[in-house]
Amino acid sequence: MNFLLSKMGLYAVAGWAVITLNFLIPRLMPGDPASALFARFKGKLKPDAMEALRQQLGLNDAPLLKQYWDYIAQLAQGEFGLSIAFHPEPVLGVIKIGFIWTVGLSGVAVLISVVVGTGLGAYAAWRQGGRFDAIVPPAVAFLAAFPYFFLAMILLFFLGLEWGLFPLGMAYGPYSAPGFNGGFIYDLVSHGFLPCLTIVLASLSGWLFVMRNTMIGVMGDEYVCLAHAKGLSRRRIFVAYAMRNALLPSLTSFGMALGFIVSGALLTEVVFSYPGLGYLLLKAILSQDYPLMQGIFLMITLSVLLANILVDALYYVLDPRTRGGR
Amino acid sequence: MNLLTVRGLSVDYATPNGPARAVHGIDFHVNQGEVIGLAGESGSGKSTVAKAIMRILQPPGFISGGSVLLNGRDVLTMSRSDLRDMRWTEMAMVFQSALDSLNPVLPIEAQFQDLAIARLGRRLAPAQLREFLRFVDLENRVLSSYPHQLSGGMRQRVGIALALVLKPKLLILDEPTTALDVVVQRHILRGLQRLQKELNFSILFITHDLPVLLAMSDRIIIMKDGLVCEADTPSALRRRPEHPYTQQLLASMQLLEDGGDGSPEERT
Repeated sequence: MNFLLSKMGLYAVAGWAVITLNFLIPRLMPGDPASALFARFKGKLKPDAMEALRQQLGLNDAPLLKQYWDYIAQLAQGEFGLSIAFHPEPVLGVIKIGFIWTVGLSGVAVLISVVVGTGLGAYAAWRQGGRFDAIVPPAVAFLAAFPYFFLAMILLFFLGLEWGLFPLGMAYGPYSAPGFNGGFIYDLVSHGFLPCLTIVLASLSGWLFVMRNTMIGVMGDEYVCLAHAKGLSRRRIFVAYAMRNALLPSLTSFGMALGFIVSGALLTEVVFSYPGLGYLLLKAILSQDYPLMQGIFLMITLSVLLANILVDALYYVLDPRTRGGR
Repeated sequence: MNLLTVRGLSVDYATPNGPARAVHGIDFHVNQGEVIGLAGESGSGKSTVAKAIMRILQPPGFISGGSVLLNGRDVLTMSRSDLRDMRWTEMAMVFQSALDSLNPVLPIEAQFQDLAIARLGRRLAPAQLREFLRFVDLENRVLSSYPHQLSGGMRQRVGIALALVLKPKLLILDEPTTALDVVVQRHILRGLQRLQKELNFSILFITHDLPVLLAMSDRIIIMKDGLVCEADTPSALRRRPEHPYTQQLLASMQLLEDGGDGSPEERT
């Protein structure tokens, strides 16, 4: 229990640091977002509009501590201000929608990648030096050598454009109404298939090699040797002795990957015009939408923290050594 | 009657420059109910012999010749399933390192039950589990513990209890107490001697600790560089060691005793 408590304390501090940095960075930047926006309109805005913008962005002349307090109070109410690119939508609403798409797409992709990659890695190690081990890992490594966006464009070009097997972009077609019915779900899956495949193909090798290498190490351990000598079934040795122990290092990378779900699929989302957070972030940067950018950054960093909390909890369940106590 | 007969056993390790011989055609036997000590310095091939007898040698090690007869059947030519049936029912082994031979993510009870399910097709009853723990002088709470929660001595006793579950006729102990301090070591060895008399199994005890062997073995085999250089009873070895290496070993022991470190009998 102490392990979890001390971890939670650490995360609380990290969370506070993230929120504070998110407050400080725009205020420490040279110039301010309001004047940048003002300049973009090349004199079409009146000077008092600029003052209004500054107010809206929370950039007033109040003392820094007062601003900080107001910022925290607003955050607590889920108030991130209004988006400029999607004016007059509130930032929170815009992010919410992007967040759902991103987590839906990348979440599924990362899960598939982890399960398939880890499984392939474990099996390759179990049959080390065999035919499977000779073919599958190198093939997967070859795929991973392509950058995300390149793989995405190749898939889009051949499977989408040339052969017309999948739609070219967006999360669902223009003629289907969102709802919980067969037609819409089919539409969702066919739109999500290519981006999902891209992420899986590009990230599979990481999981495969981490698992294969730790698994080979674990299989040389005395307790696995003893399990063989005791005559346990091969299945039981594979699952409870070799794989269970080899999974622990993969779990740490899984936490990192969960965090990157939110930000990492940016390029894939851009290629497929998938309306997730990555796509939103690009739009926010292009239109200098500071409130939206700030909101997305906060979202990404908080998700990384949350994912790590989840992994620590999982570690607690899977590895008895972290539970402490003699 | 000979329980175990090892004849001309040779073990090689594959290296890039061809096989390197670690054990050079050794012969010895173990009788029913006997305690045999196998002594020698590190690298003399004694652990390799134990693994070869159990046929759990890991590559690059491989058996290159000889036979290992257990109750008249050659272990080295047994099929995989015969081998599985033989291990733990006829001979079992306690591994060298107490720290690494238990699965860190399973509680101790599960490691007993795994064995019972695989080999007996059923789980052990709580009373049976308690009986095995009583053999090695452990409390019941050990069952729900994980390996990291136990001391080295407790883990090694768990290892011994695990080896006894299927009542083997021969117990191979590969340096079972090397990593433990002298007091714990003595406690475990006393318990082992008592158990051996109670259940009447044979022991092949591998260690570099000659004083321990002198005190508890019926016969001692001394190995050096993959060869048996001498084999005799403890008293005969003490009286007139023939091989220079044995003389050296005994002399080094004498040196310690004269230094007032306690007699070897006391150390068991």
